[in-house]
Amino acid sequence: MNTIHIANRRDFLKKAITGAAVLRAGCATALLAAAEQGAALKKSRVVIAHDALLRGTASTVDSRRMLSLLDRAVQALFDRDRPIESWRMLVRPGDMVSLKVNTLGGRGISSNLQLVEAICERLQEAGIKPTDIVIWDRDSDELERAGFHISTGGSRVQCFGTDRVDYEQDLVTHNSIGSRLSKILTQRSNVLINVPVLKDHDGAGVTIALKNMYGVIHNPNKYHPDGCNPYIADLNMLPEIRTRMRLTICDATTAIYEGGPAYKPEHSWKSNALLVSQDPVALDYTGWQIIERKRAEHGLKTLEAEGRAPNYIATAADAEHRLGTNDPARISTVEI
Amino acid sequence: MFRELDVQENRNFGVGGERSLPGCPLDRRSFLRCALASGAALGLSELAPSAAASPVGAAQQKQDDSRFTVEAKFYQKLPNKKIKCKLCPRECNVGDRERGYCGVRENRGGTYYTLVHSRVCAAHVDPIEKKPLFHYLPGTVAFSLATAGCNVNCKFCQNWDISQSRPEQIPADYAPPQRVVDLARQYSCPTIAYTYSEPVVFSEFLMDVADAGHEAGVRSIVVSNGYMQEEALKTAYGKMDAVKIDLKAFSESYYRNVVTGQLKPVLESLVTLRKMGKWTEIVYLVVPTLNDSDSEFRGLAEWIKTNLGTDVPLHFTQYHPEYLLKNLPITPVPTLERAKAIADAEGLHYVYIGNVPGHPAQNTYCPQCRRLLVERVGFTASQMLIRKDSCPYCHHPIPGVWHA
Repeated sequence: MNTIHIANRRDFLKKAITGAAVLRAGCATALLAAAEQGAALKKSRVVIAHDALLRGTASTVDSRRMLSLLDRAVQALFDRDRPIESWRMLVRPGDMVSLKVNTLGGRGISSNLQLVEAICERLQEAGIKPTDIVIWDRDSDELERAGFHISTGGSRVQCFGTDRVDYEQDLVTHNSIGSRLSKILTQRSNVLINVPVLKDHDGAGVTIALKNMYGVIHNPNKYHPDGCNPYIADLNMLPEIRTRMRLTICDATTAIYEGGPAYKPEHSWKSNALLVSQDPVALDYTGWQIIERKRAEHGLKTLEAEGRAPNYIATAADAEHRLGTNDPARISTVEI
Repeated sequence: MFRELDVQENRNFGVGGERSLPGCPLDRRSFLRCALASGAALGLSELAPSAAASPVGAAQQKQDDSRFTVEAKFYQKLPNKKIKCKLCPRECNVGDRERGYCGVRENRGGTYYTLVHSRVCAAHVDPIEKKPLFHYLPGTVAFSLATAGCNVNCKFCQNWDISQSRPEQIPADYAPPQRVVDLARQYSCPTIAYTYSEPVVFSEFLMDVADAGHEAGVRSIVVSNGYMQEEALKTAYGKMDAVKIDLKAFSESYYRNVVTGQLKPVLESLVTLRKMGKWTEIVYLVVPTLNDSDSEFRGLAEWIKTNLGTDVPLHFTQYHPEYLLKNLPITPVPTLERAKAIADAEGLHYVYIGNVPGHPAQNTYCPQCRRLLVERVGFTASQMLIRKDSCPYCHHPIPGVWHA
């Protein structure tokens, strides 16, 4: 992976924008063609934002510092000076935004509450009504066990599981997948923000962005054989998911390098980080490498040596899926 | 509504899908409506469909999970709170807080639980011919029930609404074993049938119901894919009085690609059931182009003849497009007749054609004198001439359990 210096890239973009502004309209077509060509070769950016003092002296995450960490992450991702500018690139007033969190691991290893609060705060600043924001997962009980408060009315941000609204009756299919989708996805959101957790997974190898979509369907148990491959990639191909997905904000404040997806305190570490990207494949690849490094530190075998390398990541990147890139040469990792 | 179900009306019901419910067309919405109606009439208060995309209150929606949760019987504990399921050949390795492939068994802190004990999502009074069991108490009705879940994922599943769902996703209610037995007796059912979804995955429940039923003089029959480990099969189906096995095909590739399972364990189950002395019938759903070759029919018949004998009833049934396999036509009747002709030629004595109303191959004939012994119209045994387990004309023994 290549690591770039964010300031240089921002300067470059500013210059490019300034230059573009003085171009005559007649040049616009040529510029657009060049931009499209450039986009095809563009690297996928994955921002890894750290804050060693995220928790201060307490065990819980400091809300103020979390908001600051999130701001730095999205600003770095979009090369913007102010966080609101970044969020306005993602959403506009009137959008119905859903945050797909991951709460399987209970209090120990679920999407961080302060992170989700920070995202909601910025979404509202970008003009999204609180009632048009839904925090969700499969099951309301799991959300509550993870510390979320169920909210289904009033003028607040909404928070509930698919159990409260059910799945669509009709099946959607793509290759190996035949599933019913959560109505929260299909009827309560036109923008999806994926908020997974960085975790080892006993079957799939790792569970990060792509696998978090298992919480969107009614029958994830059918898609665990063969390391979830090609099921995870096929699932993420569904238009109902692809057209809504705008951003992945992976919670790595606490992460698991062994024994996941359930919480195993003895195999977790306080990473105090967020991984943010618009390319879920690149983000998963990056997260996988982080987990491998942590496993090596603890003298554990690689996931491949254990027979559970997350091969679904390569499948998601292949010519049939093209959900993103797993090529390190095409991933720009920005560490801040 | 269930209480309005009339046994006689059900007997007169025509032919639908292999596992359709009485009065229910094959489409899944109708199926669910029927299931809901059944549940409601059972006094199953929580069988209410959820609202559209507006969240409903927890009390209104939630089932009391704890009532249905019982430690599973067939599994092995592993280090790090993992378990290995020993119920079916899949042998799922299940981590803490995760479920097996069936979706109805969950690892909670290193202990494996079934989530569907007494969690009945469909219940009906069906003619036993509808299972189909043709040589077991013909003309009687079976109190038929299901829970959610299945250990395979057949692309043609008629009942995928319940078989491919997790238990919390479909309406169900608490129907403990004694309640099931009481209902069976109330509706004059000599048998309780475990059917519609896949009884393998609710083995613990069916074992308890079977025990309670036997104490009250009610027998148990199971309609299953037979995809089960030998020990579990012996333990759970050892309590059954009759078994119908869906042998989906006679090729591993079909099992792998269409069923998501394996053929070999199913064949082993059939042999085990034979050794156990269980009355067993076999259904083979003929799917055009996928499992309808002469060689496959011949191989199947040869295998049955060699391993189970010529007296095992074999039903070739008609496929209808459903679930994930909608791009093929309904099985042509000549294809079914070809399958029967091949099996007949191999020497099997009781080869039937199913899901084809009025077809003469729905009837039972004496293999010796060829006279009609049991005439069936739809799912009704309209004429039953077998006396003392024999042909009344030539006295050739006719295998089966013909009288209670």
